[in-house]
Amino acid sequence: MPVKVSKEKCTGCGFCVTTCPFDAISIKEEKADISEYCQMCSACLTACEAGALSTGEGEPSEKNPFAGYKDIWVFAERKQTGPQSSEVAPVAYELLGAGRRLADARGSELCAVLFGGSDEEARELLKWGADKVFHAANPAFDAFNDEPYARLLSSLALKHKPEVILAGATAIGRSFFPRVAARLRTGLTADCTSLEIDAESEQKNLIQTRPAYGGNIMASILAPRHRPQMATVRPRVMKRADYNPEREKTGRIIPVETDGESLKSRTKVIECVRSTDDAQKVNLHEADIIVSGGRGLKGREGFQMLHELAGLIGGAVGSSRAAVDEGWIPYCHQVGQTGKTVCPKLYIACGISGAVQHLVGMQSSDTIIAINKNPEAPIFNVASLGVVGDIFEIIPLLVKKIKERRGA
Amino acid sequence: MDYFLSEEQLMIKDLARQIAVEKVVPVREELDEKEEFPWEIMKALAQSDLFGLFIPEQYGGLGKGAFELALAVEELSKACVGVATTYAANALGTYPLLLFGTDEQKKKYLPDIAAGKKLVAFGLTEANAGSDAGGIQTTARADGDHYVLNGTKQWITNGGEAEIYTVIAITDKTRGARGASAFVVEKGTPGFSFGKKERKMGIRASATRELVFEDCKIPKANIIAREGMGFIVAMKTLDNSRAGVGAQGVGVAQGAIDEALKFARQRVQFGHPIISFQAIQHMLADMATETEAARALVYAAARYIDSGAKDVTRASAMAKLFATDVAMRVTTNAVQVMGGSGYMKEYPVEKMMRDAKILQIYEGTNQIQRNVIAQALIKESAAASKGK
Amino acid sequence: MRIVVCIKQVPDTSEVKINPETGALVREGVPSIINPFDMHAIEAALSIKEQLGSSAACSVCVLTMGPPQAESALREAVSFGVDEAVLVSGREFAGGDTLATSRALSAAISKIGADIIICGKQAIDGDTAQVGPEVAEFLDIPHISYVKKISGISGAVIRAERMMDDGHDVVEAELPCLITVVRELNTPRLPSLKGKMAAKKIEIKKLGLADLGISEEEAGFKGSPTQVKKIFTPSARTGRRMAEGSIEEQVDAIIKELMERKCL
Repeated sequence: MPVKVSKEKCTGCGFCVTTCPFDAISIKEEKADISEYCQMCSACLTACEAGALSTGEGEPSEKNPFAGYKDIWVFAERKQTGPQSSEVAPVAYELLGAGRRLADARGSELCAVLFGGSDEEARELLKWGADKVFHAANPAFDAFNDEPYARLLSSLALKHKPEVILAGATAIGRSFFPRVAARLRTGLTADCTSLEIDAESEQKNLIQTRPAYGGNIMASILAPRHRPQMATVRPRVMKRADYNPEREKTGRIIPVETDGESLKSRTKVIECVRSTDDAQKVNLHEADIIVSGGRGLKGREGFQMLHELAGLIGGAVGSSRAAVDEGWIPYCHQVGQTGKTVCPKLYIACGISGAVQHLVGMQSSDTIIAINKNPEAPIFNVASLGVVGDIFEIIPLLVKKIKERRGA
Repeated sequence: MDYFLSEEQLMIKDLARQIAVEKVVPVREELDEKEEFPWEIMKALAQSDLFGLFIPEQYGGLGKGAFELALAVEELSKACVGVATTYAANALGTYPLLLFGTDEQKKKYLPDIAAGKKLVAFGLTEANAGSDAGGIQTTARADGDHYVLNGTKQWITNGGEAEIYTVIAITDKTRGARGASAFVVEKGTPGFSFGKKERKMGIRASATRELVFEDCKIPKANIIAREGMGFIVAMKTLDNSRAGVGAQGVGVAQGAIDEALKFARQRVQFGHPIISFQAIQHMLADMATETEAARALVYAAARYIDSGAKDVTRASAMAKLFATDVAMRVTTNAVQVMGGSGYMKEYPVEKMMRDAKILQIYEGTNQIQRNVIAQALIKESAAASKGK
Repeated sequence: MRIVVCIKQVPDTSEVKINPETGALVREGVPSIINPFDMHAIEAALSIKEQLGSSAACSVCVLTMGPPQAESALREAVSFGVDEAVLVSGREFAGGDTLATSRALSAAISKIGADIIICGKQAIDGDTAQVGPEVAEFLDIPHISYVKKISGISGAVIRAERMMDDGHDVVEAELPCLITVVRELNTPRLPSLKGKMAAKKIEIKKLGLADLGISEEEAGFKGSPTQVKKIFTPSARTGRRMAEGSIEEQVDAIIKELMERKCL
C-alpha cells in the first residue's frame, strides 16, 4: 500500500532515508518526503520511531464481493520417481495439514486436487484431512506438463470458485502455479512460512507471511480484492494433520472429466531423469543431524572441520548462502530460502550470523545449537543453546572430546 | 595521483582490474602451485577485447597504443605477474609484425591475434645468446621458395601454447648481428617442435619452453622486413615492449603495498596495530613513493612511444630499469613488513617477491638496460660536443 | 531470430544489514546490481546468438521495468554485447506485484517481438520465481522453468533440460517460448571494451503506459492483487540458554546437549 508521511508526527530524523531500498525517501523542509520511486515495499515502516509512516488504507471494499467463493483447496502434487512411476509428493500431505487448519477457521471444506494417480491415492488424501478430492484420473496427467496442468486447474477454479488454493513451492508448483494465477488474474504469494485467516477483516482475508527483501525481513501479504487467494509453501514447512482412516467414509471423491483438448501442449517432456547424483547424496531433508557452516568458517578448510564433526555424530553438512556464494561448498548443501528447508532433530549452526533467509530454512528444527563469535548475531534468537566464541577453537575441542569419549 | 586518463583509458583500466579481481585473484595461488597455464583467463581477456588493445582498427583491434597496453598490464600484474607475463609476451611477439610486417602479413595474422584466437610468442634468446644478440646460432637457409630453419631457442615465454612465433635467425653468418633476419613460424609446421617446460622460481603460471627447429621449412613470404633486418626488428620490438615490463613492475609493487597496508592495519603487537609504529610507516611511505615515481616514469615513457618519437630506446630502458628495481625492493619490503606471515604461502606477497625477480632479468637484464642508457648518453653527449 | 532478456535491477541483498536494536533495514552503501540470475539469462542469449552464427540474423534485446535509474542496468547489459535495450518506466508502474509486472512486461514484449524470451529463475530481492511463467501465460506461449542446459534450437523448437527437485527433465517446446534459467546453465562473461563503448552511446528505447496499451487500473499498485500489509523481524525462540564460562565449559555444555538429544 502507498506509504504516507504524517507531517505532524515526522521529526525529520532521517532514519527512514537509509532503509529505503529504492532511494525514494529524502528529507525536505525537515520532513520525510516520498518520491515517485516508492515501490511500496513498506521497508521504511520499521525505521520510524515516531510512527509517522503508515500505509494508507486500501480502497474501501465493496460489501462482500466474494459471496460465491468458498472452500480451501490444496493442489496434491505427484512427483515422478522414475521413468514410468510416480506418487503423491509428501508436500501434499503437509499442505493438507495447513489447509485443514484454514478450513476449520473458515468453517468451510478442504478439497484436494489430484491430477493423474490412482483411486487409492485419492482416498489416501481423504485420510490425511481432505473433505473432497477432485480427481482427474486420466493417466495422461501422471506426468507433469505445465500447460495442461495450468489449464485444468484454472478451469476447475473458475467453475468451483475456491477462496484459497495452495501448492507446494517445488519445481512443479513454482513452474505452473504462476500460470494459473495469471490466467485467473489473481495474486500469488511464494514460499509462505505461515498462513492464517485474518478473523478481523470483513472478508476473512488470508494473511500470507513470507521472507521478503532477499530474506532479510518477513512480510505479511494480503490479496484483499481478489479471489482465489493463491500461495505456495515449501516442503517441510507445514506440519501434517493427523492421519485418520475413518475419514474415508465421510469424504467424497469427485471425478474430473478430461478430454483430448485438455491435454494439448506446446511443450513435450522427452525424458525424465531422476538422479542419484551429488544433490541426492547430500540428503539434508532426511538427516536427523545437520552441522551447518557460514561465512565465519572463512574458507573451504573450515568446512573440512565440519565434515569431521558431522562424520563423528552421523550428521550431514549444510551451509548458509554466504558460504555457497563464496564457493566454499556446492549449492546442494545450502539451507535457507533459496536453498533447502530442513527440519532435523538437531541443527548446529557454526559461524552463521542468521539472516532471515537462512532462518526460514531451519528454524523449525527441534534443537538448534548456535556457535558464533558475535553475541549480537540474530542466529541466537532461534537457538536452543547459544555459544559465543571462536569456532576454530570450539569445534576442534568438541571433536577431540567426542573422540576421547568414544575411545574411553 | 591523477594521470588525467581519458574516459576510454579509464574504461580499459577498470575492465582489466575487473578481470584481475574476478578471474585472476581467486586462482593465482593454484596456478602458481600447479604451474598451470591460465587458459581460462586468456579466454576472458579475449572476450573482453583486451588482446586487440594495441592493434590498429583496420586489423580488428582497438587502435590504442603502448600506454593503454601498460594500463592493462599494470592491473593484471597487481593480481599475478605470471598471468600478466603471458599477456604481455603476446604483445612482445606481435610487435615484429605490427612494426615491420607487410600489409599481407598483417591481414593474415593480426585479426586472429586481436580477437585472442591465437596467442603469439617471441623467439630471440638461445643458449649462447641472450644479452649478446650477436651469439645467435639458429640459422635460416634460403632454399628456393623456402627458408629452412635449424637451431634451438631457449626460455621462450608462451612456447608451446602460442600458435604464432616471431623468431630471429641468422641468414648470413659472415655479417654477425647484421646477418640476422626475423621470421614468422606457425605452430604445426613440420620440423618445428618444443622442448621441455621449464620449472621456475616465479611467474609459474606462464609457460616457458624451448623452440626446436630441425630442417623446418617455411615459405619465403614468412620473412619479416628484409634479410639482415633481424637485429633491428628485435631492438625496435624491445624498445616498444620494455615500457610494458615497467608496467608489470608498477603493478606488482602496488599489489604488494596494498597487501602490506591491509596487514599492517590488522596485525597487533605491543598492544597496537603495527602500522602505528614509525619503523613500519617509513617503510610503507618509501614503498609508496618509489612506486608512484616508477608509475610516472612508465606512463611518461609509454606516452612518448605513442607520440611517434623516433628513438625511444633510452626512455623505455629507463622505465624498465627503474620500475622493476622498485618492484623487487617493494615486494621484498612487503614481505618484511608482514614478517613471518609475509613469508608464508597463506599470503600472496611471497609469490609477488618471487615473481618480481624475473622483471629485472627478462627482456634485457637491468645491467643491459644500464648499458643501453649509458650508450645513449654517450651518443648524445658526443653529438652535442660535435655540434659546438 | 530475436531474443528478449528480461532483467531486473536489484539492491545487492546480500549486503543489506538489519539494525539489531530497531529491526530496521540498513540500506546505506548497498549497491544496485543486475539480478545475479539475470546475468545467466544474458549469457544464455549471447551464447545462443554466437552459436546460431551471423546467418541466423539473431539479435538480443534486453528489457527491464523500473525507475529511470534502472537505465544503468540496461547499459551494463549492453557492455556484455547485447544489441538493444528497452526500459518500461513511469510512476504508474510503481508498486507492482508479480501480476502487474508480468502484464506490463508481456505487453512490452509483444511490442518488441520475440522468438525466445529468457529470464533469470528469480530475483534475489523478491525470490518469487513467478514473473517468468506469468509473462508466458499473458503472452499465451509455452515456457520451460529452471533451465540448466540448452541442448539445441532447430527450426521452431527449443530443447532444454529443466531442473526438477530430484533430477531433471528433457523438454521440447515450440517457439516462441519463454525459459527461466538457473546458475548451473553457464558462467556469465565479463564486459568487453567494445561493449562498454557501445553502452555509453546506445539510445535506450523507453516505453510508457500509453505505449503498452495498458490502463492505469492494470498497472503498478492499482493493478496488483497482492499488498504488503506489514514488515517485521522474526521473533526469538523461547527457552534459549547461553553456554557461559571457559571454552572447556562451553564445549562441555554442547556435549551435554548432544547427549540429552541422544546424538552421542
